[in-house]
Amino acid sequence: MTTVEDSVRTVPARGAVPARASVLERVLRAREISIVLALALLVIVTAVGHPSFVHSQSIRDILLGAAIMAVLAVGQTIVVITRNIDLSVGSVLGLSAFAAGSLLMDHPGVPIIVAVLVGIAVGAGCGLVNGLLVRFGDVPALVVTLGTLYAYRGVAYLWAGGSQINADELPDGFLKFGTATVLGVPYLVLIAVAVLVIAGVVLRSYPAGRQLYALGSSPDGARLAGIPVGRRTLAAFLASGVLAGLAGVLFAARFGTVDAAAGNGYELNVVAAVVVGGVAIFGGSGSVWGAALGALLLTTIGSALPVLGVDQFWQQAIVGALILLAIGIDRLIAARVAAALKKRGSHVR
Amino acid sequence: MSADSDRPATSAATASSAAATAATASPAAGTAAAAGSLASAAAPAGGRRAGPPAAGPGARQGWSARLGRLASWDVGVIVIAVLVIVVASASVENFGTSRNFTFLVLDLLPIALIALPMTFVIVTGEIDLSVASTLGLSSAVMGSLWNHGLTIETIIPLCVVLGAVLGAVNGLFVTVFRLPSLAVTIGTLALFRGLALVVLGDTAVADFPGGYTTWVTGTVGGSAVPNVLIPLAALAVVFAVVLHATPVGRWAFAAGASEQAARFAGIRVGRLKFWLYVVTGAVAGLAGVLWTLRYSSARADNGSGLELAVVAAVLLGGVSIFGGRGTLPGVLGGVVLLAALQNALRLSDVSNESLNVVTGALLVVSVLVPNLIRRTRAALAVSRARRRGPTSLSPPLPGS
Repeated sequence: MTTVEDSVRTVPARGAVPARASVLERVLRAREISIVLALALLVIVTAVGHPSFVHSQSIRDILLGAAIMAVLAVGQTIVVITRNIDLSVGSVLGLSAFAAGSLLMDHPGVPIIVAVLVGIAVGAGCGLVNGLLVRFGDVPALVVTLGTLYAYRGVAYLWAGGSQINADELPDGFLKFGTATVLGVPYLVLIAVAVLVIAGVVLRSYPAGRQLYALGSSPDGARLAGIPVGRRTLAAFLASGVLAGLAGVLFAARFGTVDAAAGNGYELNVVAAVVVGGVAIFGGSGSVWGAALGALLLTTIGSALPVLGVDQFWQQAIVGALILLAIGIDRLIAARVAAALKKRGSHVR
Repeated sequence: MSADSDRPATSAATASSAAATAATASPAAGTAAAAGSLASAAAPAGGRRAGPPAAGPGARQGWSARLGRLASWDVGVIVIAVLVIVVASASVENFGTSRNFTFLVLDLLPIALIALPMTFVIVTGEIDLSVASTLGLSSAVMGSLWNHGLTIETIIPLCVVLGAVLGAVNGLFVTVFRLPSLAVTIGTLALFRGLALVVLGDTAVADFPGGYTTWVTGTVGGSAVPNVLIPLAALAVVFAVVLHATPVGRWAFAAGASEQAARFAGIRVGRLKFWLYVVTGAVAGLAGVLWTLRYSSARADNGSGLELAVVAAVLLGGVSIFGGRGTLPGVLGGVVLLAALQNALRLSDVSNESLNVVTGALLVVSVLVPNLIRRTRAALAVSRARRRGPTSLSPPLPGS
């Protein structure tokens, strides 16, 4: 008797699981589709009034800017998924850009890949410090990275002083790397797409990636489930540092001009891109695809404003408003989903 | 911030004893820490206070130790601040002059002002990262209104009201929409600074009436005491009394120690937090006015990055980032320590930007060191409890 009862009871429950997943999936997909729609609308509206906006040159500029931002956003997503935050990325970018730039300035013969590796190593060092402090110091990531945001920037100023690396001091090969294209697609964009795909696949299909989500949904639950919480957290910060270091080299290659203030304030745009892209600020949900779309949307807004004749000073205000809008919408959706799940749950019972 | 919601609710408590109840509201966290299995998970929620009850037989000793520990951080910071001043006066040229004292006070004025309400906000377990942007927007609006020909007597209250409104925006998002204050104030950090840029662009307004600018930079009757120190000291006394000697302060501690317990005790946590954000905004608006008058320059980027110094000073002063713990004298000690260090380094020809290394490092250290001390203590308590035998591992739960 009991077995029959049990099996009867489990049937609707089993049926409910995929339905539940589809609610969540629909919500997530809706976010990405709505960003794409917003992006398309923005481009169309701008292009109708100003056809030059969709010229290949201007599209390339947007893609180059978005590529750097997307690399940062991927790293930020990995950290935010674990219910942490990395506010130091802008400073890490500046430090790494200056490191790569001064290496190439002093030794013009060095292969580009070495400069890239040096930038990544600088980023990895910074990310490691953040991760160690969060893991072993029990210090909230917000405090650690707010502190290192200023500390790393201060190190850059101590190192660079008031000096600036100019484009004519950098080897031509490096600058070409920043602008050259393969079949019309800039190298920088290819690198960003490669980073995006690797991070996306790892987060989606590999145990280490799934564990980051588990850890962000419930740190205690993850620990009880045997997930090495400390090591995963450390790895997330390391990944964010590495990607910020890579972004620094891309920044130097793209702009050619680097001083100690490079990337100042980027952390705000990156957090905005991630939050707009549907990554929950308190961890456990979101995808790098959404974050990359968020980065593309923000960069496009930045380029469209001057074309539309809107004062450039509005840009930061819009970034702030978008952050508030995105977390507000997230809250609303979360409440709706919770209500829907409750309803479904009561039907089952 | 998030840890509070996971904490077990305590039994019914009256409003007056809410703070005390909340302090021991985590019997589960305490025993877990003693058992050592979930030590690091429970640490942010249970904090230091959860430790001693678990020690059981050593309760009397725990009391005095607890008092000593609570006092030690604040007193320590104040002592270190005094030491820095003494050492710097002896070793750094021009540090001990009365002129430099005036500058030191003027430099720490905006940080100290905003740190007062920020202490309340962090004690309740929230944070406000938008204060520097509020200061900047207040300054930009002040410049713009002055350009439009309003009198300074109208502009100053308007800027304070503007700050209060901006604070209310934060409060609305945090308490009514129940969004995490970290995300909200990162958003308004960008929004308010962006609006400041919209208002004033990259221009500066400099022709403020001399009477006001000289009052702000001036001193009391030719002594070394700056005029602005008087209102600052008055505000500090008011905030300290409210925090440590009124129900409002006790509500703040209770809300920070355990929001759920505080709510069960009848405290209107949402309303309290909303008004704390309003006050923080108003004070930041006032700080914007004083900043503008001090440098007689209204710019959209005024006070950029000041939120770091404020948060660093508050945490350095011994306020727990998780809420529920801290003292205002400690915070003022933190402000003075930070400002004195920066001043001494600046006099030793360290550039402003490089000083950020010191501020950033102090911010991290001020949270790291108490955590490490607590961990070591917890580890010691566990080993002591083990030596004492299994009985001390299951003390009577204070809440049951």
